[in-house]
Amino acid sequence: MRTDAQPRVAAGPDGRPPFAETAYGRRKLRQESAARAVFLAMTLLMVAPLVAIVAHLVVEAWPALSLEFLLDVPRNRMTEGGIWSALVGTIYLVAISLAVAAPIGVLAAVYLNEYAKDTWFNRIINLAVINLAGVPSIVHALFGLGAFVYAARFGFSVMAASLTLAIMTLPVIIASTREALAAVPTAFREACWNVGASRWQTIRGVVLPNSISGILTGIILQVSRAAGETAPVMFTGAVLYKAVERGSLFPYYLDDQCMALSMHLYVLTTQVPNVAHAIPYATAVVLLGSVLLVNAAAIGLRVWLRNRKRW
Amino acid sequence: MSAPAASPFAIETRALNLWYGSFQALKGVTVGIRHGQITSLIGPSGCGKTTLLRCFNRVNERYGEVRTTGDIEVLGRNIYAADVSLIELRRSVGMVFQRPNPLPLTVYENVVFALRLHTPGRQLTRPTLDEAVERALTETGLWKDLKDRLRTRATDLQLEQQQKLCIARLLPLRPDVILMDEPCSALDVEGTRAIEDLMAELRGRYTIVIVTHSMAQARRVSDECIFMLLGELVEHRRTAELFLVPQDRRTAEYIEGRYG
Ligand SMILES: Nc1ncnc2c1ncn2[C@@H]1O[C@H](COP(=O)(O)OP(=O)(O)OP(=O)(O)O)[C@@H](O)[C@H]1O
Ligand SMILES: [Mg+2]
Repeated sequence: MRTDAQPRVAAGPDGRPPFAETAYGRRKLRQESAARAVFLAMTLLMVAPLVAIVAHLVVEAWPALSLEFLLDVPRNRMTEGGIWSALVGTIYLVAISLAVAAPIGVLAAVYLNEYAKDTWFNRIINLAVINLAGVPSIVHALFGLGAFVYAARFGFSVMAASLTLAIMTLPVIIASTREALAAVPTAFREACWNVGASRWQTIRGVVLPNSISGILTGIILQVSRAAGETAPVMFTGAVLYKAVERGSLFPYYLDDQCMALSMHLYVLTTQVPNVAHAIPYATAVVLLGSVLLVNAAAIGLRVWLRNRKRW
Repeated sequence: MSAPAASPFAIETRALNLWYGSFQALKGVTVGIRHGQITSLIGPSGCGKTTLLRCFNRVNERYGEVRTTGDIEVLGRNIYAADVSLIELRRSVGMVFQRPNPLPLTVYENVVFALRLHTPGRQLTRPTLDEAVERALTETGLWKDLKDRLRTRATDLQLEQQQKLCIARLLPLRPDVILMDEPCSALDVEGTRAIEDLMAELRGRYTIVIVTHSMAQARRVSDECIFMLLGELVEHRRTAELFLVPQDRRTAEYIEGRYG
């Protein structure tokens, strides 16, 4: 132990006590609170229009909103009645497109993530998937028109429109599934490899069970995207008006044309004279509401599956 | 387990070279690892210990672009022979990792996981599985603590128990060799001691190769010790001799702590 050590003087080199505030420090504090205020303002700025839009829609739509509005078909040259024909059309289109895109997308993603080696061929596929996910929907629409309506001779039909939506959602499903697969810790795969599991046993036994929540969430989010797009269905199978029965569950065949919510909203606002004021708003609310519902379901599913796994 | 006649070695390599892409990670490694003994593998970070370990069950090939030349024989069999099944090889040469990596399943399912992989479903009756679990957990000293908690999630156990479980889940496959890659580095003193005791317990029945960063641990647990440097095998002798009278200057410098 040193006995000659001086006790530390309670003063810094410039004579101030230790830990005292400096001018520079105060400036940093001011910057800190300014930054915080700016970020908060931007967040509010972002939320405000969203709230305003939803509020405005709901207020304007209120007189028309009812269960009857959902179940009834458009009447009197679409100036009255409900939206059943369009609602059920959208459900059909989305369901068929996902029934096609989800299995193909998930299996392709499994191949790319678990089997494919890092060759130039696979790199090109990767690049293609990423870029396709960013292609505007009108391009998919034109592709669908050429490929399914004309070349494959499906004509303007539920089939052609669904397949077009499938082509549009496929690359995004592949990308989100790959992300979910890549999030499974390597340690789990190692554990399998080192007891002699084949790749498929590893995937089925460990990788898929631990990524299913992410995979499903990615797929469900594509439901709302497919439901909301207008162009791909307008070019390939959705029509202005189609007579169906009120509340009928199977109004369209695969080779029929159909109505769709997004298209219906566009038509109501641009093509139909003298439509009751609340009806387009109510249609928008239904579209928005179903998208929110589906997204909420995705979040709920994710939380539920998350809580079951811990690592 | 079933010892093939002639050779005293469970694993032999001759002039083993390995490249990751263009980077050579192993350079002419020739080594014989004795049956039923514990062999430790020491050397500074990045010298290729993990790489060498992964050669013994050819699992390196799962980690990207790898090219190998030279021979590796396990139990007297060239593991690069055309008719060698990687599945059977890895069944008999299992690995334990740095971070315990039980699967996110119950304790019970973790132990029988490998068994399920290798046996057609209908041969796996409940009693067979129950017996395999009890035997593996007893052999690793977990049975007393876990026999009433077989349905808890393995990932909720203490780290030390998780690591023992990772050893236990290899045993129903009746492996010949157990490779351990720094099995204690995530564990505290107690956990380390427990794993080392377990290794001593398993010694003789299984050939164990352990990579370790702790020279003290190598001295405590191993019969033979291999010192590696920059992808080369520098020295391989009885552990006691290697630490007492190292033959190579580089080994001497390493165990004196001049680098690593
Ligand atoms: N998959 C891989 N691809 C490319 N290079 C690799 C790969 N794995 C390891 N290497 C390189 O090979 C060399 C040996 O790595 P290895 O993991 O075998 O070392 P180690 O002795 O186990 O090191 P540590 O003590 O840090 O675990 C290192 O230089 C490492 O960067
Ligand atoms: Mg290592």
